[in-house]
Amino acid sequence: MTQPRLVEVRRNVLKANDVLARELRERFRSSGVLVVSLVSSPGSGKTAFLEKILTQLQQQVRVAALVGDLATENDALRLARSQAPVKQIITGTLCHLEAAMVKNAISEWNLDELDMLFIENVGNLVCPSSYDLGENLRLVLMSVTEGEDKPLKYPTIFNSADIAVLTKMDLTQAVEFNEACALANIEAVRPGLEVFEVSSKSGEGIQAFVEYLCAELVSLRRNAVA
Amino acid sequence: MHELSIAMSIVEMAEEEAQRHCGRVSAVHLKLGKLSGVAKEALLSSYEMACQNTCLQGSRLMVEELPIVVYCDSCRAQRELKLPHWFCCPECGTPTPDVVQGKELEVVALEIQS
Repeated sequence: MTQPRLVEVRRNVLKANDVLARELRERFRSSGVLVVSLVSSPGSGKTAFLEKILTQLQQQVRVAALVGDLATENDALRLARSQAPVKQIITGTLCHLEAAMVKNAISEWNLDELDMLFIENVGNLVCPSSYDLGENLRLVLMSVTEGEDKPLKYPTIFNSADIAVLTKMDLTQAVEFNEACALANIEAVRPGLEVFEVSSKSGEGIQAFVEYLCAELVSLRRNAVA
Repeated sequence: MHELSIAMSIVEMAEEEAQRHCGRVSAVHLKLGKLSGVAKEALLSSYEMACQNTCLQGSRLMVEELPIVVYCDSCRAQRELKLPHWFCCPECGTPTPDVVQGKELEVVALEIQS
């Protein structure tokens, strides 16, 4: 048997996803849509937060949402109460969303009729970090009930995020949440990461976040013109 | 556990290259950053599964793990992180979000038997 030849390849394993994500980003840009994805562990309050945000934003801008889960359309039904167009992506056994699923899910929507699109990923703090979905902002959510050291345990996803959102702030006292410690841990894995503190139940911090998103949309449109 | 779908992408890619180079792949060399979100051990066992009933069956996956390297603005130098959850310069302690290496997930070479 002959000696094997070493052939140089240099190919990114996730290239197919990255190429699709770039294509999506370009489509979103040309339609002036701000795209925001949400990642977190299961049960940290992504859907409740998104429902609040969508309901509030509806009054000012045209919004839509995609929501990924392994099974059921429960989250889409919940989000649809906001009156925004919502589509459920059922991933079956897959633990994360990929750009191809987003492309497929938005195929019937006219992006020019949208201002903001939200993509709620499957509840998982590991796998979604590797997949670009063409979003402008990736939010990582963490509820106060999860423990202050969550960012240290899952540095990859926190490092890949553009914004962190602390949820269920109304439970801070009940679970003796150490806010300073949590903020220091977020800062350790991603120095300079902006943090919002919200409670979907009491409404705390929701308005501030909505205003932040609207300002992001304005600057996105301004940059598109420039 | 997205390592299986990643392993399947690697196998698919290697099959394509093997066809182009008219041979059988005996090993795949992969660069894997510590911040890629992919676990080496899970990838290795997934790889074996993904190779079954393909022309890569029996091939080896050689993983070169790359540490996280950041750029420190104070030192004006690249520094290797000791811990994946402490993004500050190991020399001067300045926090830095500037990652220059560690997100790689790249097939760099194949060993092909003709």
